Amino acid sequence: MDDLFAVVEQVIRIAMPYALAAAGGVVCERSGVVNLALEGLLIAGAFSAVVFAHLAPSVGPYGAIAFGIAAGMALASVHAFMTVNLRADHITSGIALNLLADGLSRFGLHAIFHSASNSARVQTFAEGTTLWTSPLTWLSLLAIVGVAWWFSKTVAGIRITAAGDHPEAAESLGIRVARVRWQAVLVSGALAGLAGVWLAFEQHQFTAGMTGGRGFVAVSAVIFGGWRILPAALAAVAFGAGEAAQIQIQAAGTALPTQLVQTLPYLLTLTALVLVAKRARAPGALGATDR
Amino acid sequence: MRRRLLLLAALLLANLAIAAVGMLRADDVGTGKAFTAKVGLVFDLGGRGDKSFNDSAYRGLERALRELPIHGEYLEPGDGADRESAIRLLAARGFDLVIGVGIMFTDDVLLVARDYPDVLFACVDMIVLPDQKLPPNVIALKFREEEGSYLVGAAAGLATQSKTVGFIGGMDMPLIRKFEAGYRAGVKAVCPECKILSAYAGVTPEAFKDPVKGKELALAQFGRGADVLYHASGSTGLGAFEAARLAPPGTRRLVIGVDSDQTHEAPGHVLSSMVKRVDVAVFDTLKAVSEQPHRRDIAGVRVFGLAQDGVDYVADARNANLIDAKMRERIEALRRDIVAGRIQVPSQVAPAEVAP
Repeated sequence: MDDLFAVVEQVIRIAMPYALAAAGGVVCERSGVVNLALEGLLIAGAFSAVVFAHLAPSVGPYGAIAFGIAAGMALASVHAFMTVNLRADHITSGIALNLLADGLSRFGLHAIFHSASNSARVQTFAEGTTLWTSPLTWLSLLAIVGVAWWFSKTVAGIRITAAGDHPEAAESLGIRVARVRWQAVLVSGALAGLAGVWLAFEQHQFTAGMTGGRGFVAVSAVIFGGWRILPAALAAVAFGAGEAAQIQIQAAGTALPTQLVQTLPYLLTLTALVLVAKRARAPGALGATDR
Repeated sequence: MRRRLLLLAALLLANLAIAAVGMLRADDVGTGKAFTAKVGLVFDLGGRGDKSFNDSAYRGLERALRELPIHGEYLEPGDGADRESAIRLLAARGFDLVIGVGIMFTDDVLLVARDYPDVLFACVDMIVLPDQKLPPNVIALKFREEEGSYLVGAAAGLATQSKTVGFIGGMDMPLIRKFEAGYRAGVKAVCPECKILSAYAGVTPEAFKDPVKGKELALAQFGRGADVLYHASGSTGLGAFEAARLAPPGTRRLVIGVDSDQTHEAPGHVLSSMVKRVDVAVFDTLKAVSEQPHRRDIAGVRVFGLAQDGVDYVADARNANLIDAKMRERIEALRRDIVAGRIQVPSQVAPAEVAP
């Protein structure tokens, strides 16, 4: 029973950053803006939270969380400016921002921590804080549920959907599409920034490249969830479960070759893709730059 | 169209300029004194400040700069593609010795060494096939990691109370399997009934810099009853120290560090560290070159094992409460047996051992 409980905790730890970033990704893409910058937003959140906790330890963990979220939003605003105002290609802008965030974090490590790869260890919540007593857990859950509610039950959410599906029609109804999209991109920045904070708080430090492609896993969760928040969060949990299974199988000491066990999460991803790809429908004007 | 092309060209030039500045920002760590040899180090993924492998190499360079009449510079390339150009850059600038720090430099060093026969090249952890003939200007610096791992394996076998110990590797490849093989043999030498759990973070070089994964792998092994873990996984292992810090009150969770002394990563939770004296190998090579810059007699494979002080384990005042005098005596006896050749430490994991 204890073992099972430990595995559940592990799935939550692995899946939470995926789910947060994926929820943000859904909001962003439903407004019509492709967001491949999630990886960069994770880096921004993780790195900034650690820098804040290092430079202003007296402010406490909530300051670091807020700063990480703000950093995610700051980087996201560049994406919004590029795609909404300048009408640049969404994918190009996203990839460029990923490179920028990675480069800036390494530059920052050099400048602040005098290391090419690791920050100093920083304080987060008090020693002995567990997954269940950590305010970050509840804050993250609240963020996902809250955004899901905001997106599906409020006028703001409906405007986002309209802007993403048929911007011309939305405009004719008086919806300011550019403004709505800015809003959506900023929400994704905040959520992905929080996901980055999660990674940093788990390790109490920043390591160059520590996001390890987790932003891209979130992007695929967005697609598996059919551009809906709660299904995307569920997809994130499924990916987390796949990874946890891979880790547990190794720990259990089977004779299976590592390489085979390592493919498990990817296999799950592929299977899910085959199963849902037919039904999933992308927002009508996703990625369009002509207006 | 024309304007767009011009813009593109301008951007490309700016990019090149930034790249060039980045490369040339080689940190000159010389002191401006008279020197007999110019030496350069190119660091691996992770770079200086990795609290592990690269930092150890840097210590060797630092010591050499203090004690020897040499001029030294180092580069920290960003991505894989930069490795070759970094080595080439130093060779082209007329350095006497260029060292690539890490197994990933194997091909780059071989390639550039053929173009610059007058420059001496060294590669730490270089892959050399049994029947391979190295160019006359290449030094392969190899370590008997399995010997050091054997000793920390013995420490783990003596320290474990649950009779279960764990191993966490970074990228699954022969070099890291060597650590596992020695560790397994060491554990079994002092605790034949001990169970050994083993896991790898991945099958690409990224597996050496994923502390998030490292923490989860460690928690899974601790959860299955292991009370001592040995990691050979670069930055990934930092997550293992985090996992040890989460030990519930009254439970024992110890980690054995790797490459450098990692005692400070989780004070009270670090049983020992298998130190790979990259600094010794680097310093020795620099010393030989400073005495006679154009020598070729030191080329070829140079192996650093327990006998050469190339690998070791940490046992001092800080971990004396975890490794007591009796344990230490036992481990030292094993060391003597290895150095004398009475114990042959395996460098490959036997297939039968992997099964539970």
